[in-house]
Amino acid sequence: MRRPRLLYVPFWMTYVFLYAPIAVLVVMSFNSGDSPYSFDGFSLKWYGELAGNAEIGKGLVNTLLVAAGSTVLATALGTLLAVGLARYSRSKVLDAIGVLPAVLPDLVLAIGLLVFYGTVKMTLGLHSVLLAHTVFGMAFVAAVVRTRLTHADFSLEEASRDLGATPATTFFRITLPQLVPGIAAGALLAFTLSVDEFVIAFFTAAPTEPTLPIVIYSMVRFGVTPEINALATLLLAVSFTVVIVAQRMTRLTESFT
Amino acid sequence: MTGSTVSGAAAVSRSRRSRALGRRSRAIGRLVFLGPGLAYLIVLLLVPLALILSYTVFRRGRFGGVVYEATGENFTRLLDPLYLDVIVSSLKLATIATVIALLVGYPTAYLIAQLPRKWKTIALVAIVLPFWTNFLVRVYAWIVLLSGPGLVNSALGDLGLGPFEFLYNQGTIVTGLVYSYLPLMVLPLYAAIEKLDPQLREASANLGARPARTFVSVTLPLTLPGVVTGCLFVFVPSFGNFVIPELLGGGRSIMVGNLIRDQFLKARDWPFGSTLTLALLAVLIVLLLLQAWSARRA
Repeated sequence: MRRPRLLYVPFWMTYVFLYAPIAVLVVMSFNSGDSPYSFDGFSLKWYGELAGNAEIGKGLVNTLLVAAGSTVLATALGTLLAVGLARYSRSKVLDAIGVLPAVLPDLVLAIGLLVFYGTVKMTLGLHSVLLAHTVFGMAFVAAVVRTRLTHADFSLEEASRDLGATPATTFFRITLPQLVPGIAAGALLAFTLSVDEFVIAFFTAAPTEPTLPIVIYSMVRFGVTPEINALATLLLAVSFTVVIVAQRMTRLTESFT
Repeated sequence: MTGSTVSGAAAVSRSRRSRALGRRSRAIGRLVFLGPGLAYLIVLLLVPLALILSYTVFRRGRFGGVVYEATGENFTRLLDPLYLDVIVSSLKLATIATVIALLVGYPTAYLIAQLPRKWKTIALVAIVLPFWTNFLVRVYAWIVLLSGPGLVNSALGDLGLGPFEFLYNQGTIVTGLVYSYLPLMVLPLYAAIEKLDPQLREASANLGARPARTFVSVTLPLTLPGVVTGCLFVFVPSFGNFVIPELLGGGRSIMVGNLIRDQFLKARDWPFGSTLTLALLAVLIVLLLLQAWSARRA
C-alpha cells in the first residue's frame, strides 16, 4: 500500500513529542549537579538519595500493599462477574453496571467514595484505598475475562454438564482452565492500574498513609528536585519492562491457542 | 407396546426433573457468579453515585457538614458567572486538547496502519508505552522542560532569546492534556483505519479522485466511528482533570476538576461539590449519548 511521504512528518513528531520529555527525565536523573536543569556530569547520587528517602519508601510499600490486595479481590470478583454476565444473564443493565467503573471519570468515582466513606463514618486508611481500587480493577478484569469467554468453547461446558458434572465441577475443570490467560492478563492490568492510580487514592487515603503517587504529587507541588528524576526513571524502567513482558506473554499464549 | 409407553413416560418425567434441576442450578449459578460482584458494585459504586445525587439538594451547614433540608440553591449557584466561567473554560480547554490530539493522532494512526506488520506492532507499543508510565511523572517532565530556569529556556538563552514564561497558562494545560491522552486518541483511530478496505481507496483513485478527495469522501467518513471514540477518550479525562491544571496551570481554579477538589478538601461544601460533580457527569453523559446516536447512524 502507498505511504504518503508527507505523513512521516507528523508521525515522527508524535514520537518525538511523546518521548522527548521522558528522555530528558532519564538523562537528568544521572546528573551529578544539584540543579535539575543543567547537566554537570554523570553520577548515581540521586539514586542514593532516593534509597534513603523514608517517605518514598513508605509510599512504595503502601502502594504495593494496596495493589496486591485490590488485585486479589478484583481478580476473584471480576472473574466470577464475567462468567455470570456471559453465562447466567442477558440483562443489558447488568452489563452496563459491570463496565461503569471503567468508563466513569476517576474524579467522579473518587468523590462518590469519599462521600460514601464520610456518610458511613468509615475511617480512612489503606483499606479504604484498597476497596476503592477494587471497584475499577474488577471492571477491567471482568472485561478482559469476558473477551476470553467469547473465544472459549461453550460446547465443552455443555458436554460436561450433559455427562452429569455439577456446575461447580464444570466451572473448575472446564471453564476456569480455559480462562487462565485472560485472568492473568486481567490481574496484571488491575495491578498496574492500581500502582499508577492517583486521583481516587488522593481522595480516599488517610493523610498519614499516602501511596507512592500521592508522595510524588506532594513532592512535585513543592517544586522540582532531581530525586524525582531518579524515581521517575526507575518507575519508567519498571513499567516498560512490564509492558514488554506482557506483550511477549500474550504473543506466547496466542501462539499456543 | 406397553413397555415403550412406560419408558416414554419415564423419559418425560426424567426430562422434566432435569429441567427443574437445570432451573435450580441456573438460579444457584446466578447467585454464585453474579452475586458477589454485583453486591460489591452496588455498595461501592451505585450507592456512592446515589449519595452524590442526593447531596445536591441539601445545604452546607454553617460549620461544614450537611443540613438535611431540601433546597435548590446549589443549582442556582451553578449558574453564578464565577462557576459558569470555570465550566465553560474547562469545556474550551478540553475541546482544544481533543482537536489537537485528533490533528496529530490521525496522520500518525494512518501511517501506522500502512506499516509492514512487524513495524506496526513496534509503532503501536511505542504509542502505548508512555501511557503505562506514571501519569504524575509525565506531567512533571513538562515542568522540568518548561519552567523558568528549565531546559527549553536555557536552550533558547544560548540562542540569545528569552527567558519566556511557558508554564502556568492555558497553553501549557492544553499541552499537558494532549501529551497525557494522545495514546487514547491514536488507538481507536488505528483500529478504524486498519479495518478499512484498501480496495475502496483504490477504486476511488481509479475513478479519478485525487488523494484529498478520496480522503474526504471515502477514508474519513468510514473511519468516523474511530474519530468519535478517540475524541471521547481524550475529552472525558481532560474535562474532569484537576492534576494538570494544578501542576501546569499554576494551581488556580481554572477547570471544573479543581473546583470540585476545592469544594471537598478546602471549602468542605459537600452539597455544592456534589452538584458540580453532577454537572461534570451530565456533560459527559450527553456526549456519550451523542456517540451512541452517531454509532447507530453509521
